[in-house]
Amino acid sequence: MTVPRPRRVRPAVFAGAAALLFGALAVGLFSGPSALAPWSVVVEVVDRITPFDLDSGLDTRQAAVVWDLRLPRVLLGAVVGATLAAAGAAYQGVFRNPLADPYLLGVAAGAGLGATLAIAAGGGSALVVPVAAFAGAVLAVVATYTLGGVAGMRRTGVTLILAGVAVAAFFTAAQTFVQQRNADSIREVYSWILGRLGTVGWGEVAILAPYATVAVSVLLLHRRLLDVLAVGEEEAETLGASPARIRLAVVLAATLGTAAAVAVAGLIGFVGIVVPHAVRLTAGASYRIILPISVMGGAAFLVLADTVARTAMAPSEIPIGVVTAFVGGPFFALVLRTRAGGGRT
Amino acid sequence: MSGIRMTGVAVRYNGTPALVGADLSVAMGEWVALIGPNGAGKSTLLRAVAGTVPYTGEIELGDRPAASLSRRARSRRVAVVPQSPVLPDEMTAGDYVLLGRTPHLGYWASESEHDLEVAAEALRRLEGGELAGRRLGRLSGGERQRVVLARALAQDSPILLLDEPTTALDIGHQQTVLDLVQGMRRERRIAVLSAVHDLTMAAQYADRLVLLDGGRVVADGSPSDVLTDRHLKRFPGARVSVLRGPDGSLIVAPRRRT
Repeated sequence: MTVPRPRRVRPAVFAGAAALLFGALAVGLFSGPSALAPWSVVVEVVDRITPFDLDSGLDTRQAAVVWDLRLPRVLLGAVVGATLAAAGAAYQGVFRNPLADPYLLGVAAGAGLGATLAIAAGGGSALVVPVAAFAGAVLAVVATYTLGGVAGMRRTGVTLILAGVAVAAFFTAAQTFVQQRNADSIREVYSWILGRLGTVGWGEVAILAPYATVAVSVLLLHRRLLDVLAVGEEEAETLGASPARIRLAVVLAATLGTAAAVAVAGLIGFVGIVVPHAVRLTAGASYRIILPISVMGGAAFLVLADTVARTAMAPSEIPIGVVTAFVGGPFFALVLRTRAGGGRT
Repeated sequence: MSGIRMTGVAVRYNGTPALVGADLSVAMGEWVALIGPNGAGKSTLLRAVAGTVPYTGEIELGDRPAASLSRRARSRRVAVVPQSPVLPDEMTAGDYVLLGRTPHLGYWASESEHDLEVAAEALRRLEGGELAGRRLGRLSGGERQRVVLARALAQDSPILLLDEPTTALDIGHQQTVLDLVQGMRRERRIAVLSAVHDLTMAAQYADRLVLLDGGRVVADGSPSDVLTDRHLKRFPGARVSVLRGPDGSLIVAPRRRT
């Protein structure tokens, strides 16, 4: 008699998630206003990323569509989705709160204020807004973290969440005020808030990739400790874990990743909640499963959502935040329903 | 080596004293039961030993000052069975028992073959082998308590703290759980300190009883020394008779108001 292995990711689940991700990347790459043969697109990408010299049969303009428009956008969606899903899953674990999402501690409100200030100041350039959003997001989380530990209160998950509510309210109020005083910028601010992956070339991918890599790696390394925290702070302590330290590491990593994602893509809601829960309900409740599968699932989900966003009403784009909520809501309800019918206690 | 030695340990919650200068020792292989009315400080005393509340005074764990131990080192010496353990519904019993290996793992490490074997052995010792793959949300009260004990056993620490381990169990399961603890103590010569509500059970299983009242130790000795009419007046409203069972063991029998 042996105890079954700790619930690591089953090969079938991993293969399924990987297939979903590659499928989503392919769909994203093959979709677009210029009709390009899927095979040519594949050959073109392989030609570029491997030393092999292949002829895709695409002309220079078509090759540029693949290489400078579609591929960076698809990859940006994948990286943003992976980061938000991992951050959401980690927050749900560290705060033991199923409603936690990456914006819990004020990232969204802080980034919103930063971006609005930059746009209102006439900065609106592609360079200034992300920097301002990133700075606002980090500032808001630092404020939340500081506030969550003042007045001699022990900094617990609950005090942090409450501090996050206060900070988010304050930053949102400030943002509304600035926006109101600069009515001409409302449209631009609004479109930023709804999120967009519109990108030309590789700039955004290059900016985001280092932050996302560090954040996702650190979060993945905490997957066993997140399972330890599932028994609550006091018991985790008696097991030799330090909940406060784990929480700080997770909050730091998730904030860095989320702030960078928000800075380049705006506020894309729902990914951080719906993807981890879908994984939890279908693949298993251990963070050893939830975190890695959410990274892949989040990437696939956002690539597909973005493909819908830019093709459904082409040539105009639907804001991606609308698509994630519109598709994600019913999908999540379906997962809940299926699982509830499956005899869960 | 001594298991636990406490000298003048005091705990305050937001300024309100919960424990006032408690002195207590538990030798290796010894079982000491904490008794006392609700709010006497039993759980607080256990928390101080576990290191989950700030306290003043000295606590030594196996001849080392507890203050000099890191969080992990302390957890390698002291395992805790809490009064109402958190059992995540979706977690499997096997994964849960494996959590007991946490103090033996580095921050980034994952469990080795050895850790898996220790966890399997712990579950088997508590006759819970067949529970490994089951989800905690689907276990009965008795099964849950066995799984929690198995986690503490997997922790492989020389000191075991139990806070009312048998609350909410029927009498048969209460006895089973206490017998399992008794077995663990005999086999591994661990020091056991437990809060127990049932005075008869406390008298039967523990070597010594420590009576707490108002955050103080008011009696410390063998069951027959502590379970006297004078001491039992510490339980407000209690009307009990201390009897001898057929085997000479003490029985604290409640009496109805006539």
